Amino acid sequence: MAHSTQPIRPIHFILGGSAFALLLLLTLGTVIALWWHAETSVALTPSDWSIIQFTIVQALASASISILIAIPTARALSRRNFRGRQFILTIMGAPFILPSIVAILGILAVWGRSGYVSDLMANFGVGPINIYGFGGVVLAHVFFNIPLATRIFLQGWSAIPIEHFRLSAQLGINTAGITRHLERPMLHAAVPGAFLLIFLLCVSSFTVALALGGGPKATTIELAIYQALRFDFNLAKASQLAMIQFALCVILGGLTILLSKPIHFSQGLDRKVERWDAHEIQYRIFDVFILTIVCLFLFLPLYSVFIRGIIPLFTLPSTVWVAALNSITVALLSAIISVAMALTMSALIIRMAHKYQTTSQAMEIVSFLTLAASPFVIGTGLFVITFPFISPFTIALPVTALVNAAMSLPFSLRMILPAMIRAESHNGRLADSLGMQTWTRFYIAIWPRLRRPVGFSAGLAAALSMGDLGVITLFAPPDVATLPLIMYHMMSSYQLEAAAGVALLLVSLSLALFWIFDKGGRLEHNLR
Amino acid sequence: MNKLTILAAGLTLALAIPAHAQDLPKLTVYTYDSFVSDWGPGPSIEKAFEATCECDLDLVGAGDGAALLTRLQLEGTRTEADIALGLDTNLIARANATGLFTNYANRPERLDVPITWTDDTFLPYDWGYFAFVYDNTKISNVPNSFEALIAMPDDFKIVIQDPRSSTPGLGLLLWVKEAYGDRAPEIWAGLAPKILTVTAGWSEAYGMFTDGEADMVLSYTTSPAYHIIAEGDETKSAAKFDEGHYMQIEVAAKLASTDQPKLADQFLEFMTSNEFQSIIPTTNWMYPAVIPTNGLPKGFEKLITPSKSLIISADKAQMVRDEALAEWLTALSQ
Repeated sequence: MAHSTQPIRPIHFILGGSAFALLLLLTLGTVIALWWHAETSVALTPSDWSIIQFTIVQALASASISILIAIPTARALSRRNFRGRQFILTIMGAPFILPSIVAILGILAVWGRSGYVSDLMANFGVGPINIYGFGGVVLAHVFFNIPLATRIFLQGWSAIPIEHFRLSAQLGINTAGITRHLERPMLHAAVPGAFLLIFLLCVSSFTVALALGGGPKATTIELAIYQALRFDFNLAKASQLAMIQFALCVILGGLTILLSKPIHFSQGLDRKVERWDAHEIQYRIFDVFILTIVCLFLFLPLYSVFIRGIIPLFTLPSTVWVAALNSITVALLSAIISVAMALTMSALIIRMAHKYQTTSQAMEIVSFLTLAASPFVIGTGLFVITFPFISPFTIALPVTALVNAAMSLPFSLRMILPAMIRAESHNGRLADSLGMQTWTRFYIAIWPRLRRPVGFSAGLAAALSMGDLGVITLFAPPDVATLPLIMYHMMSSYQLEAAAGVALLLVSLSLALFWIFDKGGRLEHNLR
Repeated sequence: MNKLTILAAGLTLALAIPAHAQDLPKLTVYTYDSFVSDWGPGPSIEKAFEATCECDLDLVGAGDGAALLTRLQLEGTRTEADIALGLDTNLIARANATGLFTNYANRPERLDVPITWTDDTFLPYDWGYFAFVYDNTKISNVPNSFEALIAMPDDFKIVIQDPRSSTPGLGLLLWVKEAYGDRAPEIWAGLAPKILTVTAGWSEAYGMFTDGEADMVLSYTTSPAYHIIAEGDETKSAAKFDEGHYMQIEVAAKLASTDQPKLADQFLEFMTSNEFQSIIPTTNWMYPAVIPTNGLPKGFEKLITPSKSLIISADKAQMVRDEALAEWLTALSQ
């Protein structure tokens, strides 16, 4: 792993350690709290097993397809420079942060029985397509996750120093050669992690899987947890199912670490990439083709969200703007917490890796647990833990920010940890030999290489937090609402148009936050 | 004014705990989200009750009816809630088993609920019938029973909600069971090809219907009233089924642990008063438990009236539910 020879200072233990403790409290802690609170124990029924099976199979399929599409997409984006590239990259963040109900209606506007595709087909006399079923579930999950996988791989491509491509060009190595010597090793390192992230996201899908799955066959573990908590008040069963999700996470996390081969490219000068090899016409055609298809696939549902929401957006009641302010506050807080946790945890993991490799790997897996955690279990568990001591209402917004931060931590860590490892291995020893210490060392040697991933992570955390209904439902006092909450309230009171306006506002604000942070991370670092 | 000041002012507004008069006694009512939202009955009810009660009424949204009960079970006797408003007859047995609730003080003189009300703990405040809602400009051949629905052409599709996560979904489950008894599995098997999909909540399903994705959606006979009265849109109707329609009766009860028992009883009395009841039809879009002195709002006369009201008594609902759910899962998982 890292080549850091940095000593572990108490500060690393305290900061990194508390971040881990917090994570464990939110994930395993909440499950244990529910288990404790439960009076009975239960055995899993055969129908539970078929639910578990469906959950795993759809998640495997969704993750595989997302990755297979994301690889050529990221390659096209990495080796082409065109007007609108940055715009595409920004808008690509949107599917990922759409609240599930908005995403369902957006996807159906394209793929539904009265959607764009069916309308187009009707011109040729072909009947409406029916996407409901396994295919619908996978389609929706691929829609959510292509952007995420693409961003992860794009980061991988940009980690290959431009000097490698220059040398390849000088040596006359063709595209196939570059694939073999540079791209494949990079992907070998990046794919397992991306796969795990997407797999876990799909495991915890609930409303989307059910609505597009066409019936109770498409029941995921998450729905069973919701049913156990809300319908049966069976805390034992909820915590048991939550443990199964964690077990899945740990097993897959272990496999990921075994399968992924970390690579270390030597250091480059961070100059702009020019891919001489990819000028050939067949590569151009392929790249244009894949980008067009992926953009249509991702942007058409977003277009429908835009069209639906643009007129109601201008007549939204004032309460919506107060809720927007709440949402932004929570999003900013959660971005700060998420990045702070990722930085302190990365620092600790890197320093531990030197001496205690297994512990450090276990810590990496733990950081994924929040993805496998059920928001219902986290919310209910936290409620059970805090209720005896403090009124849930007084801590609604901080708790929401904290839980949202923990939810985005797997992404932040996935971005920040490898960047920190690279920075340590490239600049760390030089900094040490120059006698730099603590903050100076971090600020001059490490930080410049972290700016991009930190910006991206903060943006993602903020955007995810904006769109998440999260635990606010359990903790919110009557007069404090966030945008997703107010949107759901509107929908359940027949205010579908207004809700569409809120959805558009929500997506726009999320994207704006994401863009600002991401842009901030890419500003030139001022070297004095 | 600089932007920072505006932001700071907004944040203060957003985060500040509202300055309630501290000396007034506080009555906390847990209810479902759509009751407290700006478009629900909550705001008007709060104003009306506070005008007479010399108290501070705190309406707290806690998800939907079933989630509300879960919340109370988690909080136990330490709950701040004095009243739970928004359970329905299907939840009464589970609610009774918790032992958290106590009897109300005064029975209202009159209740206009289609069945005789005998429960001493839970008091109805509104009710409605489940029904399939359709667009009357698109569909002329409207099915008038489950069997007629089964016989509709292949491309006729409905959206329903999952009984495991949604109140109307559970209502439909019990509707079919009550109407058909042992034939319920057969009816579900027949309906299966007509069911486009099953959603977790009412909102997804209703949104899919209004987007034209499905021909009919499971909702309430009173849903068209919203479109008629609030939007002046008469294109939505509910299909009248010959088997009769299953009812949902929404109830409230006093928590045994309340520190404001008198105020709680006062609220329950207010709940069946003319003032409360006249707010219900056009905010909660359900039938009031007591018809207001001015009658139902204009527009309600256009709604269908089921020939038969179906309901399973509270004590049997739990048992029937488990059996019916197993049948439903089997029929739809083929």
